[in-house]
Amino acid sequence: MMATHRVWRLGADIDTDLLAPGHAMKHGIETIATFCLETVRPEFAREVQPGDVIVAGPNFGIGSSREQAAAALVHLGVAAVIAPSYSGLYFRNAFNLGLLLLTCAEVDRLGENDRVTLDLDTPAVIAGDGTRLRCEPIPGFLMDMVRAGGLMNQLRQRAGKEPLHA
Amino acid sequence: MSAAFAAPQTLAQKLIAHASGRDRVALGEIVTCRVDLAMFHDSSGPRRLQPMLEALGAQIWDKSRVVLVMDHYVPERDDDARRIVRIARDWARAQDLPHVYDSMGICHVVVPQHGHIRPGMLCVGGDSHSPTGGAFGAYMFGVGSTEMLGVMVTGEIWLRVPETIRMWWDGALPRGLTAKDMMLHMIGRFGMNGGRYQAVEFAGPAVAALSMQERMTLSNMSAELGAQVGLIAPDATTAAFLAAAGAPAVEAAPWFTDAGAALVDHRFDAATLEPHVAAPHSPANSRGVSHYAGTPIDVAYIGACTGAKLDDLRAAAQVLRGHTVPAGVRLIVAPASLQDQAQARDEGVLQVLLDAGAELFPTACGACAGYGDPMGDDITVISTTARNFKGRMGSPSAQVYLGSPYTVAAAALRGCVTDPREVLA
Repeated sequence: MMATHRVWRLGADIDTDLLAPGHAMKHGIETIATFCLETVRPEFAREVQPGDVIVAGPNFGIGSSREQAAAALVHLGVAAVIAPSYSGLYFRNAFNLGLLLLTCAEVDRLGENDRVTLDLDTPAVIAGDGTRLRCEPIPGFLMDMVRAGGLMNQLRQRAGKEPLHA
Repeated sequence: MSAAFAAPQTLAQKLIAHASGRDRVALGEIVTCRVDLAMFHDSSGPRRLQPMLEALGAQIWDKSRVVLVMDHYVPERDDDARRIVRIARDWARAQDLPHVYDSMGICHVVVPQHGHIRPGMLCVGGDSHSPTGGAFGAYMFGVGSTEMLGVMVTGEIWLRVPETIRMWWDGALPRGLTAKDMMLHMIGRFGMNGGRYQAVEFAGPAVAALSMQERMTLSNMSAELGAQVGLIAPDATTAAFLAAAGAPAVEAAPWFTDAGAALVDHRFDAATLEPHVAAPHSPANSRGVSHYAGTPIDVAYIGACTGAKLDDLRAAAQVLRGHTVPAGVRLIVAPASLQDQAQARDEGVLQVLLDAGAELFPTACGACAGYGDPMGDDITVISTTARNFKGRMGSPSAQVYLGSPYTVAAAALRGCVTDPREVLA
């Protein structure tokens, strides 16, 4: 039985300064996460629940290399981001931190508070009415990275250490 | 298969093949590359890498290939900044890092000015404007801190061999036009993800005619095009800059895109380009300056790796020579490096700016990333920086326009967005 996930619906061009504002960057991720998306969705950081997903428009994560923009979502328990396109740098950072990004052209069929399930094998997003929204394939080594909880855990395993808990 | 073997290659393919120890690589292929140089700064570097390296019990793979620059939180404004910079300094000392540039300017300018980035190299930087290194014919791109940790431990990084999107510029830039205008034009046309994380290559006579620092502006803002890298084939201009920087002699000859290589070509005419301005809150909101002319501004900011190199300061001084900015307009100048600031002082360029009423800010990232003295609420800023995202320079209610140093200086002079060609003597 696959878990269902509640959708937070965002627009296009969600940039790294919205996800991890510059003024908060001097702090640790616990603090940065409380400012995540404050400009566009002030209630997000307070109300998001572990397992929720973000569905956004094109160009998610454009801007800075600051990986806190992905780490903040991991910290808040976001299970995945679903968008038609991402900044390439954000894409790398997300997988390195164990955050799943699904590239899906058909996000217009998903709205705020919808419930979706994720089929990671295909991969696809399954909307509430059962419609399968196909996503672009993800290279196996990146799926392995997400399953391990990120590159740090993979490096720990290689060094013979216990993985850190996400 | 022999025909495929003889297939012409792009500059990006040649650089990646070299770094992955292969004769050639195919588009779309995922390869592992050895890293020739890893650069990071006080924000992305030690404070993140040190705890992760300790948790792994790992060592830096090759300290001679690491460059650390303190530029984001210097000069230290508060206790948090002091703590972050102290971590960087203590770690640099403990690790005995051979290449550390502390409070000497912004990494994307300081590192090339010390000859670290050379044709044929594969480099990573812990900062999104790392594509700046592509101006030297190096495959340089930005990574986050965790990926940088992977590089620190293994000396390697994976890449998907990109397509090349070639921006071919014919003609010659008229007076008062710069690489910044070329970039704002391209970003306005293709959008912030128009580069699709592929390789952009800048070429053609108008690019070949640019100074090294102007080429760096093109490559720098490849980040705003969403490209992984912004490459320029090295030539005599590159070699002369690197020789002056004290770099070892380099072989520029092999690093070019073969005729007939598979790529997407876009053509532009520099001779008919207008000065460009990007309106709040995206570099992609970019149009000819006439569309925004007359918009009142409170602050004119000449700063950042994108827009406060020596050539940028010279451009601003051409506009401001013999003038002063009107009361009510703040002109802020934060040179990109101490070296550029010193040269600007020697040339009299700095004095022209100060005589015009400029406030001289530290040679650091400063307000560009909202880290230094941030911009206040409800003000309108025109800036030579790369990004005008909402809140980027401090206050979410600040309205930030982007332009070339000529355009920003002209706006300072008139107190409103102005076509710099109107005020250039």
